[in-house]
Amino acid sequence: MSSQRESKADHIRHIMETEGDAVGDNTRGFNDGRYESVAKLEDYEGLKDEAREIKEDAIERLPELIDQVTETIEENGGTVYIADDEADANEYIAEVCAENDAERLVKSKSMTSEEIEVNEHLESRGVDVVETDLGEWVLQLAEEAPSHIVAPAIHKSRAEIAKLFNAYFEPAEELETAEELTMFARKQLGELIQDADVGMTGANFITADSGTMALVTSEGNARKTVAVPETQIAVAGVEKIVPTVEDLQPFIELIGRSGTGQDITSYISLLTPPLDSPTIDFDDPDTPIAGEDDREFHLVLIDNGRLAMREDEELKETLYCIRCSACSNTCANFQSVGGHAFGGETYSGGIATGWEAGVHGLDSAAEFNDLCTGCSRCVEACPVGIDIPWINTVVRDRINTDKEPNMEFLVDGLTPDTETSGPDLQKRLFGNFETLAQMGSAFAPISNWVAQAGPVKQLLERVAGVTDQRDLPAFQRTTLVDWFESRDRIPPIDPDRKVVLYADLYTNYMDVERGKAAVRALEALDVEVLVPSVSGAGRAPLSQGMIDTARTKAERVSDQLGPYVDEGYDVVVIEPSDLAMFRADYDRFLPDEEFEPLADNSYEILEYIYGLVANGADVDQLHVANGTETVAYHSHCQQRTMGLDEYSIEVLNRCGYDVTTSDVECCGMAGSFGYKEQYYELSMDVGSNLEGQLRDADADHVIASGTSCTDQIGDLLDEEPTHVVELIAPR
Amino acid sequence: MSHQIEDTYDQFATEAARYGVGVTEVSPGKVSDAIVERIELPAVGIELPWEDATLPESVETEPTPADIEAAATGVTAASLAIADYGSIVLRSDTDGSEPVSLFNDLHIAVLDRADIVPDMEAAFEWFGDELRESRDSAIIATGPSATADMGALVQGAHGPKQVEVLVVS
Repeated sequence: MSSQRESKADHIRHIMETEGDAVGDNTRGFNDGRYESVAKLEDYEGLKDEAREIKEDAIERLPELIDQVTETIEENGGTVYIADDEADANEYIAEVCAENDAERLVKSKSMTSEEIEVNEHLESRGVDVVETDLGEWVLQLAEEAPSHIVAPAIHKSRAEIAKLFNAYFEPAEELETAEELTMFARKQLGELIQDADVGMTGANFITADSGTMALVTSEGNARKTVAVPETQIAVAGVEKIVPTVEDLQPFIELIGRSGTGQDITSYISLLTPPLDSPTIDFDDPDTPIAGEDDREFHLVLIDNGRLAMREDEELKETLYCIRCSACSNTCANFQSVGGHAFGGETYSGGIATGWEAGVHGLDSAAEFNDLCTGCSRCVEACPVGIDIPWINTVVRDRINTDKEPNMEFLVDGLTPDTETSGPDLQKRLFGNFETLAQMGSAFAPISNWVAQAGPVKQLLERVAGVTDQRDLPAFQRTTLVDWFESRDRIPPIDPDRKVVLYADLYTNYMDVERGKAAVRALEALDVEVLVPSVSGAGRAPLSQGMIDTARTKAERVSDQLGPYVDEGYDVVVIEPSDLAMFRADYDRFLPDEEFEPLADNSYEILEYIYGLVANGADVDQLHVANGTETVAYHSHCQQRTMGLDEYSIEVLNRCGYDVTTSDVECCGMAGSFGYKEQYYELSMDVGSNLEGQLRDADADHVIASGTSCTDQIGDLLDEEPTHVVELIAPR
Repeated sequence: MSHQIEDTYDQFATEAARYGVGVTEVSPGKVSDAIVERIELPAVGIELPWEDATLPESVETEPTPADIEAAATGVTAASLAIADYGSIVLRSDTDGSEPVSLFNDLHIAVLDRADIVPDMEAAFEWFGDELRESRDSAIIATGPSATADMGALVQGAHGPKQVEVLVVS
């Protein structure tokens, strides 16, 4: 293993061992809560659309809104400071503290203040900074960084927190239960808040029309932080501004549900500072508090790269992020490692790639960007519908571009990509999977013997970082297209439908049997089927951040399939990740007049069969269950995001099978991810959840929809599952 | 319309109960007695904005920082309630309603039944006009203060452990 890959693997292994269990339990709990909570909304999708529109409009008009909010807050009696960068913000905040002779500043949780590292800066100026959010306070005592943007200490168990408190404070009686720990923290922090000079908060949203900040919290520390001291500072990114108070509504309804799965958090503070509420001077305990106080308020709006992100067409969407943490909790890789591996300098989870690239630069994003496998489960979870996998792909491409082209002799012939600069060898190898598959097939079975042979596996591992823990895919000498062409079959004269079955790379070169099954199933339902030779869809290069190469593939596919679509053929796709290219990703690569007909006329194989059966085709032409046959089914991540898993389940039901489905977000293989030696153990850890569910189901058949899922389940169960269509196709 | 109000009240009470919040309907004249039944002393409070609903004698209505620190109960008015979330809206003022509702273990909120709105959309229509006009601050409070940061859900992280709502009709 290269030393870089080895240290990456070591780091991930260490995090999984020390923090994986706590992070897994918490994030999966949040994620399950999200599904339950959003299901209670009458119009969840409508609310998301509304939230998205508000953000699009606000970011579009941001300069104008910054001016408006400044004017409003000054009118209210506060001060607004727009800080260009971290240093600028910290200097201003330190000055405010100095002018107030502040000895202690109390904070409620704020990721933006983590971004500028204001604690360190103030402490160097002699100001005592106290985090009052319980999770943040634990981390401050432990001198650790947050592992999650909303619940910063989820990597710590109750026992670890008890050990920390007992060692740090040496209480007369040892603390043990969550209740004891919470009450102890409440008392300690209560005293620290009582004689604080400055209170600092973040802001989830700021309204330009009234100067109201919305804070989404549960503990009540943010309320105390602003109620007690005379001086309040709020630190917020410029992107937090929304035009009006009414605009807050969809976000208030979505943020808790999307994040921790709460319908609403205990407290939504709608603060329009300087506050009317009297300060509480605990040094003057006997004077009634009522009356008007001369409160001071400073809003520090942080640019720190955000206005440049706004001008960057690809990163701009990041600014819509409301930091709810849905993309972290729904992410299978994040569930295994948390933010200490899946995170950069400040931010963690899927959207962190955009934030880190924008505020800290590509190097910080490069640390963890590979951990986004593009499974797309976060896209539907995101309350503002950010295409998080695309942001990860774009940043991956930029990281690749930052590097010198890779001139390794061994791989150059195998990697005829159109990248102008240098993804590393591992990425180029996987990104050029089409060429590998063509050559592997042409030289099969020799290529398979060679690939599985010890010396070659070792070479692949050493040079390109392909793990030797997995069997490499076996290429078939006779491809699906070859088989189809050599068939002796007269097409039906008056078919019900005409279909082009897309021979994706996996089906055509390796998993030929599922392709044959698809042809048999379609023909049994009176469909005319063609299986022409068509280019790879570009999923492989896209997943490696090789966008130019992916675009070239998209153009080829469009040239090759376009004429069939024009002729009235439907395109049927077996591999869900390729269908997701046709239906979504190609929108970025093809002109509308090419993208739309292809997207509109492409179907997943079981979606298509469902359509045929629902419209009267005879299900008994398929291979139906013999008595009671049980099936354990794992649908593909991208298939679920497209909402297509239901069709497979329904067709199986109609064929008489008793179906149990997995509910894990992703199998963990995700194309090449699980083959990369630095991520192999993580991939297997993610897979272990699926393994448990499939074993518990104890079904007659284990079936899946994607190639990656099939390979992963094969490695997990030591028994290769089949594709849905193989089970139901006539034999 | 009255039917709709009935539904709204029931929905509010049901939703608030999910967070362990007790909701009781009382006539204005009985507010003081209802508070006495629930209160733990010492108690602090802010005079209620309705003429016929008053606080009991035992509630200190001009609290000092020492009173706030010592109080077991705080009694304040709520300006609005949001039925489908079981939330109440606590408005900050120069009397000190915000700290009085926050520092103690028990918060008793008194609400006018006419101020229950059905949903968040209606609440934000109200907030929009109110906040633009008054530039005031308010808290949407749902259930007691809570945290899961110490390894399990605990109520009363920084704010009240228990909330009781008296609905005046």
